[in-house]
Amino acid sequence: MAELQFREAIRAAIDEEMAQDEGIFVMGEEVAEYDGAYKVTEGLLDKYGPKRMIDTPISELGFAGIGIGAAMNGLRPIVEFMTFNFAVLAADQIINHASKVRYMTGGQVEVPIVFRGPNASAGQLSATHSVAYDAMYAHFPGLKVIYTSEPEDAKGLLKSAIRDDNPVLFMESEQMYGLKGEVSEEEDFTIPIGKGKVKREGSDVTVVAHGKMYHVAKQAAQQLAKEDVEVEIIDPRTVKPLDIEMIVKSIKKTNRCVIVDESHPFGGLAGEVGYLIQREAFDYLDAPVQRVTLPDTSAPFAKNLFDEWLPSANEVIDAVNTVTYRK
Amino acid sequence: MAKNKKETQEQIQFTPSGTGIRTNGQIVRSTELPSPTKKKHKSLGLSEEDVVDMFHQMYLQRRFEERAMQMYQKGKFGGFLHLYMGQEAISTGTVYALNDDDDIITAYRDHGWGLVRGVSPKEGMAELYGKVTGCSRGKGGSMHFANVEEHFWGGHGIVGGHIPLGSGIAFANKYKQNDRVTACFLGDGAVDQGVLHEVLNMSQNWGLPCIYAVENNGYAMGTAVHRHSVGEIYERAHGYGMKNAVINGMDVFTVYEKMKEIAEDVRENSMPWFIEIRTYRYRGHSMSDPMKYRTKEELKEYEKLDPIERIKNYLLDNDILEQDEIDEIQDTVEDTVMEAIDFAEESDFPEKDDLYKDVFVEDDYPFHT
Repeated sequence: MAELQFREAIRAAIDEEMAQDEGIFVMGEEVAEYDGAYKVTEGLLDKYGPKRMIDTPISELGFAGIGIGAAMNGLRPIVEFMTFNFAVLAADQIINHASKVRYMTGGQVEVPIVFRGPNASAGQLSATHSVAYDAMYAHFPGLKVIYTSEPEDAKGLLKSAIRDDNPVLFMESEQMYGLKGEVSEEEDFTIPIGKGKVKREGSDVTVVAHGKMYHVAKQAAQQLAKEDVEVEIIDPRTVKPLDIEMIVKSIKKTNRCVIVDESHPFGGLAGEVGYLIQREAFDYLDAPVQRVTLPDTSAPFAKNLFDEWLPSANEVIDAVNTVTYRK
Repeated sequence: MAKNKKETQEQIQFTPSGTGIRTNGQIVRSTELPSPTKKKHKSLGLSEEDVVDMFHQMYLQRRFEERAMQMYQKGKFGGFLHLYMGQEAISTGTVYALNDDDDIITAYRDHGWGLVRGVSPKEGMAELYGKVTGCSRGKGGSMHFANVEEHFWGGHGIVGGHIPLGSGIAFANKYKQNDRVTACFLGDGAVDQGVLHEVLNMSQNWGLPCIYAVENNGYAMGTAVHRHSVGEIYERAHGYGMKNAVINGMDVFTVYEKMKEIAEDVRENSMPWFIEIRTYRYRGHSMSDPMKYRTKEELKEYEKLDPIERIKNYLLDNDILEQDEIDEIQDTVEDTVMEAIDFAEESDFPEKDDLYKDVFVEDDYPFHT
């Protein structure tokens, strides 16, 4: 094991995969000469040269589509978006083309592409730079969506995403790039897409949390442990496909569930997970499923409002108290 | 001053003058056609067989669509049906000019492209019918003919959406250094999409081996080209320093000659071209289009330039074929198309399970229900 920053884990995944497949290249704004807006791709230009590390103009729609066309024609692009907030400009290419071209040609075309970059909010970036897009893309058939929470997951899942023959959206958080964690150094270490992880075992309540919200849930669980409430945290890691079996298995043990989701409430992942739980484990529930999400507003700028806007450990604790009927 | 301002207000209108019959009764073509080539087939490097085959290919595209239109009107199949009739010289001349492993991608007006790039009439008609024997296994329909094995990457239904895909295909060819040229065809309506700007900028900057070819048929759906787009279309290339040309698209020899020259230049220099091929579509934008935006007189003016009549007359005038041999080809095509209709009608629809195929590479993906 090695201790790596989140960004180093991602870089290691890209580097290891690029080393063994000439068809992999990285394209995006500032990925090459600038060494990456968040230094994820630092040093890769020196190692792989300008053919495989390509700086683009600020033209998300155009370069996302060029990546898709290149994937259709046998390459394996990794397209970096400086943030998924800007990738909305490329949504036509991702949603209307990458996700559908295989289906509409009766299986004639494969699109082995990875779109990656930071998702959701960072500190006080206000309305246009703080949106979580994992649930939105997961809505569309043909796309896989991953939103990781820890360096080891990032490395293992990104390697799998790069090897996957489907279009994959791989989401990170700019606030987590400096986060350190133990990462496997095993040769060919990968984590399968679609498999969640029990990140903390507990017997009293299941908390489902992915991406940045895993860390909020972890903080809440530590606090609750002091009050003798043992929280089991399931990180689905992959939004689509979703490891609902692991979630259901945990609920059959704990009989209670809180979903922590960085999306807005309407039509978000928490709603889908909540539906699936009531379908698969209704008889095991001792309380209605609770969710902690963003409010149904855009992100405010003011520090106090922004803090209020984000899901917090206190909100998770309150939700746990509700499902356990403690308070 | 105030008076002038008031007058200006009254004159304000956001619709520039259209084309077609003007108030003075003069017929004005939607697009001015450049002169066709004066060269004969031999000096273009085409054999007599080639010319006969070009005629055959173009006539097949025409007859296929005429029959498809009939079947659509009879309610034999649904969906959209955007017909290519009038533009067949472009698909045929281009496919002749390019190598078999050069890549072609187009928009939703794609039947002609499919047929000349290896989609058999049977597979094409079956696709229109939504049958499993169709070129896209009944999943794509009229707008998504594709034959990827033959480097035809399909018709795409979002106006302008496939322009970056064609560029990406060209990008991959340059990356792999395989000397393939990509021809990315779009309609005149697609030149108004912002993505074209993004892509032309990157393509010129990166030297992508791609020909961006606008099939300017005079109308973006029902809006005449001068009403939807400022300036001349080919001149947009100037802003990017991109090589460009305007080509007569009603003459298959001209398309062949120019596309061959351009493809050779692209192959040699790995720099893109932006070309405007002027043409005309005889039918509406789709089957639901009553064509109120143009006159019968305008249509008749263009029908005088019909690309299929033109090559047919060339064959007769140059003693390559006799009239009875032309008739024979036409009869053969008619039989082929009727067989295709029988094939489509007799073919099966996809199995219900096919609904879940081709979404992901994996068959066992856990679909949400």
